[in-house]
Amino acid sequence: MPTKAPVKTKFSKKTYLHWYESMQIMRKFEEKCAQLYLQQKFGGFLHLYIGQEAVVAGTVSATKPSDKHMTAYRDHAHPIGLGMHPKYIMAELYGRQTGCSKGKGGSMHMFDKDRNFMGGHGIVGAQIPMGAGLAFAEQYKGTKNVSVVSMGDGAVRQGALHETFNMAMKWKLPVVFVIENNNYAMGTSVERTTNVTDLSKIGDSYEMPSEAVNGMRCEDVHEAMERACDRARAGEGPTLLDIRTYRYKGHSMSDPQKYRSKEEVAEFKSQDPILSVLDTIYKNDWATEKQIENIDKRVKDLVLECVKFAEESPEPEASELYKDVYVGDYPYITD
Amino acid sequence: MRIIQYREALNEAMSEEMRRDENVFLMGEEVAEYNGAYKVSQGMLDEFGARRVIDTPIAELGFSGIAVGAAMNGLRPIVEFMTWNFAVLAADQIINSAAKMLQMSGGAYNVPIVFRGGNGQAGQLAATHSVAYESFYANVPGLKIVTPSNPYDAKGLLKSAIRDDNPVLVMESEKIYGDKGEVPDGEYLIPIGKANITRQGTDCTILTFGKIIKVVEEAADELAKEGINVEVVDLRTIRPLDVETIINSVKKTNRCVVVEEAWPMASLSSELAYRVQKDAFDYLDAPVVRVTQSDTPFPFAKTLMEEALPNVKRVMDAVKSVSYAL
Repeated sequence: MPTKAPVKTKFSKKTYLHWYESMQIMRKFEEKCAQLYLQQKFGGFLHLYIGQEAVVAGTVSATKPSDKHMTAYRDHAHPIGLGMHPKYIMAELYGRQTGCSKGKGGSMHMFDKDRNFMGGHGIVGAQIPMGAGLAFAEQYKGTKNVSVVSMGDGAVRQGALHETFNMAMKWKLPVVFVIENNNYAMGTSVERTTNVTDLSKIGDSYEMPSEAVNGMRCEDVHEAMERACDRARAGEGPTLLDIRTYRYKGHSMSDPQKYRSKEEVAEFKSQDPILSVLDTIYKNDWATEKQIENIDKRVKDLVLECVKFAEESPEPEASELYKDVYVGDYPYITD
Repeated sequence: MRIIQYREALNEAMSEEMRRDENVFLMGEEVAEYNGAYKVSQGMLDEFGARRVIDTPIAELGFSGIAVGAAMNGLRPIVEFMTWNFAVLAADQIINSAAKMLQMSGGAYNVPIVFRGGNGQAGQLAATHSVAYESFYANVPGLKIVTPSNPYDAKGLLKSAIRDDNPVLVMESEKIYGDKGEVPDGEYLIPIGKANITRQGTDCTILTFGKIIKVVEEAADELAKEGINVEVVDLRTIRPLDVETIINSVKKTNRCVVVEEAWPMASLSSELAYRVQKDAFDYLDAPVVRVTQSDTPFPFAKTLMEEALPNVKRVMDAVKSVSYAL
């Protein structure tokens, strides 16, 4: 047990307990996914968010339900953080009709219209202009909503980013660009692909306000996100947040991780965002060990419910193949 | 009936739809203050203002992606490409984002967007500025593609494209923006997916689309003088194809020539020839023959350019070959 000197924080007990439970769901869900994948319960790619949970948790607590969210293919945690029942994500991974994309999108293409989670996109960097486009629509309609578009550090090298940064700044779009900077584009470290290793400087050519953020701490992510959203809602345009995080697992399930040391992974695990939040909860006497055990039990049961739901859900009927391709009737070529 | 230019017809279509629906807007290079690289959007900035007629930097991938995002979030963008030759830079957003969004989101997000601009060759612009892209995009499920060949079709098809809830590509041509034709006052729509028989005939069907139809019409006039009456089917839409009209025409004439501006390999003519042999095999009195651009990058020199393109003589020869009249 940590020593129990209270931790000063501007955030409430409720927020901390929510962060804890939300991140535990993300973590335990992803751990279960890894296990099921190894058991060959489902196919496709599988990119896990383990280690990066504070980025989503802090983002969600700092944004409003009417804000829009978009990310790349490491996309299971975002809809969980936004409140979607994870059984729909699990069913999607299993390719079931009940999945959040009816089994048509898979791991890389999760969507939740009810919570403004607008994908899950498979092409590295493609979500950057689209995410700015969500903001364009909000500005056009005169709302105060913000678009939060996330990308990995690898996506920073795509031309789409630079084209988008230029227009987003010129047009003062209400968008927050989030680099989930885990320092590796698949197996290639940031240092190996650029001479500008400080990604918070990547917006400088466009005079985009930017900050580097400790992505292992929900508090830091929340505060930076809040500042960025305030700026966007005030009509001051985009912000770039270089949120420095770490993925404990490989890029995908087939990654042997020969590009980094065990010591490096251990160093980041010592800053674990879930343990950090838990430490504050304990030090401030916001929950007993028994109460935390109850949360953990609830999370464990939830994840098992997800698996049960997915495995009991029907696979899509063959007739689904020709649905959701076009709005309205379409004369498909079938011969 | 009043006579207006093709570019004016497109302008009327966009302006009418923007008056009708606040969510429709136009973006692209030079569309606002310059009034359009080819003056298609002349006067629209004055009427609709900079919020709805938006000049972009030269960043096809970026502004196309922004438009796709805007379409996912309730707007109905019209994206003008100065030419489809520059839209290759935006192909990821057209093919991977716009076309697939509805399917990969399980029906949650459709993308009501129009991508439009000049397509194919426009004089001696050489290899990079002269590609006819119809078949590239026709291959992609999730898209619709229209190819208006005259002012009347341009207005009616573009209006339908703007109202469609799916991504629609409109392939125009710099070579015909100045063409004049009859366009009625008042509103009309031309349905997407329906071909138009522009010339009735009995001896051979010519399937064609886009500006190359002018070559076909000239060839048809010449053939008529020689007693060969061809039926010309302007496809108007190339995805989806109006199979019924195509097949009925071939069943009537028993012969089929396809004329297109694009390269031959894996082209619309390949698909059309497949469709005709599949659905009208017993009605054919000759193999399907096609006239396409040469299987080479488009050349600069005038002599080579003329050699590369379908022309009246080649169309006439094709029709005669399937009529065993050569």
